[in-house]
Amino acid sequence: MSKHHVITRINGEQVEFLTDPGTSLLSALRDQLGLTGSKEGCNNGNCGACNVVLNGELVNSCCVLAVEINGAELTTIEGVADGDNLHPLQQSFINDAALQCGICTPGFIVAAKALLEREPDADEARIRHWLAGNLCRCTGYDKIVQAVLDAAPEMRAAARA
Amino acid sequence: MVMADKPQYRVIGTRPLRPDAIDKVTGRAQYGADTRQSGMLRGYVLRSPHAHANIRSIDTSKALAYPGVKAVITAADFCLPGQTVADLPDLTTNILAGSKVYYHGQAVAAVAAISDEVAREAARLIDVDYEVLQPVLDVREAMLPGAPVLHEAMRTRTPEGPGAEPSNIVAHAVVVFGDPEAALADCDVVVEGDFSTRMVHQGYIEPQAATAMWNPDGQVTIWTAHQGSFPARQATATILNHPSSKIKVVLTEIGGGFGGKIAVYLEPVAAMLSKKTGHPVKLQMDRVDVFEGTGPTPGTSIRAKLGATKDGNFKVYMADMAYENGAYAGTAANYATMVATACYDIEHVRLDGYDVVVNKPRTQDYRAPSSPAAAFAMEQLVDQMAEKLNMDPEKLRLQNSSREGTRGSMGMPFARIGHEEIVQAALDSDHYNSPLEGPNRGRGTASGYWFNVGLRSSVNVTVQPDGTVALSVGSTDLSGTRTSLAMQLAETIGVDFEDVKAAVVDTDSVGYNDVTAGSRVTFGTGMATYEAGKNLIAAMKERLATTWNVPADDIQFEAGKFSSPDGSKSGTFKEIAQLVVGRGPGLTVSGSVNAGFLQGGGFAHHIVDVEVDPDTGKVQILRYTAIQDVGTAIHPAYVEGQLQGGAVQGIGWALNEEYFYDDNGRMLNSSFLDYRMPTTLDVPMIDTILVEVPNPLHPYGVRGVGEPPIVPPLAAIANAVAHATGVRQYQLPMSPRRILQTTGKIEE
Ligand code: FES
Ligand code: FES
Repeated sequence: MSKHHVITRINGEQVEFLTDPGTSLLSALRDQLGLTGSKEGCNNGNCGACNVVLNGELVNSCCVLAVEINGAELTTIEGVADGDNLHPLQQSFINDAALQCGICTPGFIVAAKALLEREPDADEARIRHWLAGNLCRCTGYDKIVQAVLDAAPEMRAAARA
Repeated sequence: MVMADKPQYRVIGTRPLRPDAIDKVTGRAQYGADTRQSGMLRGYVLRSPHAHANIRSIDTSKALAYPGVKAVITAADFCLPGQTVADLPDLTTNILAGSKVYYHGQAVAAVAAISDEVAREAARLIDVDYEVLQPVLDVREAMLPGAPVLHEAMRTRTPEGPGAEPSNIVAHAVVVFGDPEAALADCDVVVEGDFSTRMVHQGYIEPQAATAMWNPDGQVTIWTAHQGSFPARQATATILNHPSSKIKVVLTEIGGGFGGKIAVYLEPVAAMLSKKTGHPVKLQMDRVDVFEGTGPTPGTSIRAKLGATKDGNFKVYMADMAYENGAYAGTAANYATMVATACYDIEHVRLDGYDVVVNKPRTQDYRAPSSPAAAFAMEQLVDQMAEKLNMDPEKLRLQNSSREGTRGSMGMPFARIGHEEIVQAALDSDHYNSPLEGPNRGRGTASGYWFNVGLRSSVNVTVQPDGTVALSVGSTDLSGTRTSLAMQLAETIGVDFEDVKAAVVDTDSVGYNDVTAGSRVTFGTGMATYEAGKNLIAAMKERLATTWNVPADDIQFEAGKFSSPDGSKSGTFKEIAQLVVGRGPGLTVSGSVNAGFLQGGGFAHHIVDVEVDPDTGKVQILRYTAIQDVGTAIHPAYVEGQLQGGAVQGIGWALNEEYFYDDNGRMLNSSFLDYRMPTTLDVPMIDTILVEVPNPLHPYGVRGVGEPPIVPPLAAIANAVAHATGVRQYQLPMSPRRILQTTGKIEE
C-alpha cells in the first residue's frame, strides 16, 4: 500500500506526515503525531471524545481520513489554550467541577468552543442540543452545561473586544 | 442541609480546584491508551463469534507467518507443565478461552505485531475449530432442568450442601428473619409483582487499555487504567504463575470504571506477548470489545411480596431473586440479599437469591452492584402499598424507615444512618411541594441503599524542605479522590490545601491498597491518610523534642500549631517542618489501615417528574432531585457530581439501556448508537440535596457517596410512569416500545 503525503496546519503549526489511505485522522493524531489529547471512545462517530475543528467545522476525527486534511487548518484540544493562559471554557470546566474522570473533557471543550464562537448567546436548550453528540458517563451533564453557560459571558466580551 | 452538631472544619467542606484538572482540560493527561514505550508493539485479541461452543483446536501457524507478526498466543501458553487448557481456572479462561467459549466476544487468541493493522489482519488468519452448542440466555430458563449446561462440574451451593446434578445455578442463598409465611397470613394488605431487568453496561467512555514490558530478568511492568493496581497485580501474577513482587503496576489516568475495571482482561495477555517478543506490547479494546468482551452487570428476575397492617406498618417482605452471573460463577444474587430490605424495619423476611450462569459475558459490579434491581422491586411495592392504603408514599417510608439500631439486612444493627433524614428532606423539598400539573405527567419517588465498604489502604506522606507535603496514594483516582484525600490530610496536619500535593503511585512505591470500589477511597484511604497525618505529627514532635530540648509527649499540637509546654516556643506546621526537615534529614511516614468490611451504609432518595408521550411512548424527564445522606461532604461539588452522575446512569438503565441478543446469543447492539446511553438532550439539570449525618466509623464522618445514587432511579421513574399512565412497569427498560406495549397501544 503506498503512503500519502499530507501537509496541513495543526494548532497553527505546519505539519507534514505520511499516511496509509485508510488511516483515520484520530489515529494519525494519536499514533503518528503524538497528539493524544483527542480520545477514542467509540471510533464510529457516536461519542464525541475525538472532536476536532477542521476548517472551522466541528468533526469527529475518528470519522475523517487522515488524507482528507491535506491543505486544511485543524484545531485540536492541544491548541485551545493560548500558551499558559487557559481558554475561558477550560477555566470554567475546572471552576465548576465539570469533569470527573476527564476522558470526555477534551471533546466537550472543543465542541463547546465551536458553538460559542459562532453563537455566543446560546442558552441552555441550545447548548444541550449542540452537545448531544458528546457522551459523558460520569457527570450527568449538569455541571458541564453549567460550565459552558458560565464561560459564555467571557467569550462574548472577547468577541466584542 | 447540615445537622446542628456538625463540627467546624477548616478545609473539609470547601471547594478547592483539583490539581489534576489542568492536565485534563488541555489534553495532557495520560490515559490507558496513551501509553507509549520505546520499541513498543501493538496487540490484537481475537474473539469468539459464538455464544457457546467447544474449541476443538486452534491453528495459529498462518497468523504467525504473516509479515510483521512477532507472536501469537492462546490459553495453552498459560498452562503449567503437565496442564491442559481444560484444567485452567476461570480467571484464566475468561482472558483467553480454554476448551470452551461461553459467550459471544470471549477472547480466544492474541497477536503482537509491528502495528495495529498488521495484528488485526493476522488475527483473521487464526483458524479456530468450534463445535457450536445451544446457548441459554434467559436467567429463568437457565435454571430449568434440561437447560443447556455451561459448566459440567458446577453443582449448586445451597444451605444444605452442594446439589447432586450439574446445574447452571451457582448458588441458592437463603436469608430468613422471623416467620414470614405465618406473618404473611396475618397481613391486612399484600402487594406483589414479578419484576425483570436487563443486562446493562457501566458505559465508561474509555475502553480498556494495557501495556506490558517483560524484562529478561523477570521484572514485569504494566501500565493500565484499572480500578485497583494491587488486585490487578495479584490477578496477573496468578494467571502468569509469576511472583507478584516481580510485577509493578503503574496506574495511568482512568476514563471511568464504575465497577467495570476491577477484573483483568488485557494485562496478563499483554505481559505474555511481551515475554514472547521481548518488546513492550500495548493492547487496547474498541467499543465492540468493551460491550461484548468485558463485564456488564446482570439482568434479573425478581418475584416479590410486601405485606403490611392496615395502618401501614410493614410486616413481611419475601423475594425470589435470580441474577445472571454471565459465563462464570459470581455472587450478584448473594449481594442482593444483603441490600434488598435495608431501607425499612421489617420483622419477617425471606429472601431467596439465585446466582445463575448464562451464555453472556462474565458479569461485574456496576455502582452499588445488585441493589438497583432489588430496589426496582421493593420500591415499586412500597409505592403500590401507599396507593392501596391511600397514604403519601413518603410518609409511609418514614413510618417504616430503618434507623440507628434497626436490624440491617445482614442481621447486625445499623450504626447511625440517615434514611429518615433524607425522606424527611424530600417531604420538605421545593420539588415535592411543587404541584405537577398537565396531562400524561407523573411524579415518582424511591429510596436506595448501598452498604459501602472499608477494606485495606495505605499511603505515604513526605515532608518537603519548604514545609509542604507530598501525599502518595495507591488507590485509583476515578473521580477526584486525590483532592478529597489531600483535603483530609490538610485538615489533619493543619496546612492549606495548596500545601498538599497528592499523586497516585505504583505498586512498588506504597503499601497495599484494595480496589477502588464500594465507595471506599474517601472513606478507607481517607482513614489511612488521617493515620499518616497523625503519625507525621508524632514524628515531627520527636524531632522537635531534640531541637527544643523538651519531652516529645509534652509538645502540644493544636489548630495547626506546635508549642512547647511553657508556651515559650511555637510554630505552624510549615515553620516547624522547615526547621526539622528543611535543615534536617528527610521525613516520610505512612498510614495503613484495615477499615473493616462495612462502613455503616449510605442511603439515597430521589424524586422525579416525567411526561409520557401517549403516541410515541417516550418518557421525558421533566425534573429530578437526588437527595442523599453523604456523611460529611469533603468536597461538596464533587459529592454533587457523584449524585448527578449516578442518577443519570440510573435514568439510562430505566429508560433505554439493555443488551440485545439474537437467538444464537450474539449481541446485536454493541455500539453507542444502538446501546443508547443518556445524552445532554435526555436529561434536565439534576438538583441535589446533601444531607450530612456524620458516619461514626470515620474520623471526619465520611460516608461513601458514589454508589447509592444509582439505586433509586429505576424504581422512582417506574413509579412516576405508573402515576402518569396508570400502568405499572414490571420490566426494564421502559423504552418507547415497552411503554406502548404495556399501555395497550401495540401488541406485545
Ligand atoms: S471516538 Fe470519535 S466519536 Fe467516539
Ligand atoms: S467526566 Fe468521565 S466521561 Fe465525562
